[in-house]
Amino acid sequence: MTVANEKTALGFFEKNKPYIDDLKHTVFLFRKSKLTMVGFVLIVIFLLVAFLGPLFLPYDPIAQNFAVRLQPPSQEHLFGTDQFGRDIFSRVIQGSRMALWIIFLVSAISGLLGTTVGIIAGYFGGLIDDIIMRITDMFLAFPSLVLAMAFAAMMGPNFTNTIIAISLVNWTTYARLARAEAMKVKEQPYIEAIRSVGAGTGRILFLHVLPMCISPVIVQLTLRMGTIILTAAGLGFLGLGVQPPTPEWGAMVSDGRNFLVDQWWISTFPGFAIVFVVLGFNLLGDGIRDMLDPRLRR
Amino acid sequence: MNIWKYLIKRILLMALVLFGVACIVFFIAHVIPADPVGAILGGNAPPEKIDKLRAQLGYDRPLIEQFFSFLKGAVVGDFGVSIKTNNPVMTDIGIYFPATIELALVAIIISIVLGVFLGILSAVHRNKMVDNFSRVFSILGVSMPVFWIGLILILIFYYKLDWLPGGGRINFFLDPPQRITGMYLFDSLFTGNWEVFRDALLHILLPAFVLGYNSTASIARITRSSMLEVLGQEYIRTAKAKGLKKRLVIYRHALRNALIPTITIIGLVFGGLLEGAVLTETVFSWPGLGRYITAGLLSLDYPAVMGGTIYIAFIYSLANLAVDFLYALLDPRMRT
Repeated sequence: MTVANEKTALGFFEKNKPYIDDLKHTVFLFRKSKLTMVGFVLIVIFLLVAFLGPLFLPYDPIAQNFAVRLQPPSQEHLFGTDQFGRDIFSRVIQGSRMALWIIFLVSAISGLLGTTVGIIAGYFGGLIDDIIMRITDMFLAFPSLVLAMAFAAMMGPNFTNTIIAISLVNWTTYARLARAEAMKVKEQPYIEAIRSVGAGTGRILFLHVLPMCISPVIVQLTLRMGTIILTAAGLGFLGLGVQPPTPEWGAMVSDGRNFLVDQWWISTFPGFAIVFVVLGFNLLGDGIRDMLDPRLRR
Repeated sequence: MNIWKYLIKRILLMALVLFGVACIVFFIAHVIPADPVGAILGGNAPPEKIDKLRAQLGYDRPLIEQFFSFLKGAVVGDFGVSIKTNNPVMTDIGIYFPATIELALVAIIISIVLGVFLGILSAVHRNKMVDNFSRVFSILGVSMPVFWIGLILILIFYYKLDWLPGGGRINFFLDPPQRITGMYLFDSLFTGNWEVFRDALLHILLPAFVLGYNSTASIARITRSSMLEVLGQEYIRTAKAKGLKKRLVIYRHALRNALIPTITIIGLVFGGLLEGAVLTETVFSWPGLGRYITAGLLSLDYPAVMGGTIYIAFIYSLANLAVDFLYALLDPRMRT
């Protein structure tokens, strides 16, 4: 029994040696690139803060307390307080959870929508492909923030509609990627084989084409997470995103605009939070891109 | 394929895309909000007032009829009358757009000069201090929210140092120059009004830098990597081996070929500029098209929003067309 186990274990490692070496090489490259490591650490901190931070808030991020309004940063209020006496440190921490939700939901929705539409276009080709591609062209004809603004404003600015608006302007990228992959995959003999066995179109699409198209989409999703935060913050700043008093970083920066001269901390700290997270995603994304680029890999 | 055929094909395609853009905008403005008039007047407006406005704006007609009259207007640039300013939307765009294009032009000039310079410096001194500095500068450029850098720079350069003005296009006490293009810099230059030119230049520096920072970063990155690629090629080694001066090799031999990808990216960042303009204009109280649309969105001024958005999409598509055309002209392989 033990012998058999050892044998299979050995077999597993031997069989997959090239893959494991490849993985080791990837980890090596990852650790060699300092900036990528920095990005990784920033994102880990962001995730920890978003998951655990709201459990340890010093103050209620929404409760107003006019006795302590516009206080500069101090021992009690690390980042100071805003015009309603709310603790900015607590609000920034709470805002991280908002940012995480936005990233997660937008990525999930736009990734799913884009991939589905993309593989349908790529697999069927012809007229369907033409129509879908022209539709993506139309979406790409807008600067993305302008389109997101229009969607968000008309649907009514709030959390849900922010998510929908950003997803609606983001899905085209993934659709194009998935389409390109699907076009390659559908020529493969194994698809022909499955079809000849009598598999239905839905089965082929979602069980055999989709898994082959998913990895470039996932890479692109991670590369665009920084952009998603910036768009959401931009919407919040313009008053077309998540509405106060919910702590959202972009809206918080906007809150402090009228107090910029004497109460600089109101706008500054939420802005630092945005830079922190976006920088993390960008550094990590750059590293991932370099690692996956075969020209830079060896 | 013949280059003119390619151009015609692309223009037809652009017309199709713009038709789709009009559909999307109409959909956003008329189908998503169930009741635009209610949205404008608020929930408690008296019914007769609602009916009056509805008839006045033409919202009592069937949707499909509204759509066709909207399309007919859009083709000739008639987007109706702005509810807020009471001007035809196209007149408003004529007033606001030159400010945006002026800002975008100065921003792109700053970002090309700065970006190409940083990119070359980075590539030539690879992995040295300069390179690291310029890479950090670039990565910060794509990581900082435009509106936030704007506010921080206003805080530093206007409130603390008082070197540059904090917003607007021109000093309150100066008269704007005689209107020729609508762009203050050009107009004051043409009329020889130096005082206004200097003031307008000081006003545009900060917003243009903020708007261009993101593009500077992209341009520096592309220039760096393509420069590195070119510098590793054999003809560069040959040139060096011949004993040519380093400066000559870099600027004459390498830069020319390295700039081709840079030209593409300049086309691409233009869209980013229009997008950033919305935020930059809000921060710097710059009376441009982005602010016009934002104000329209916040006050639900439907004609202004629809007209402004379509106009921006039109300009954006036009810029993309120009880049593609330039590219096809340079590289015959792209004419497909």
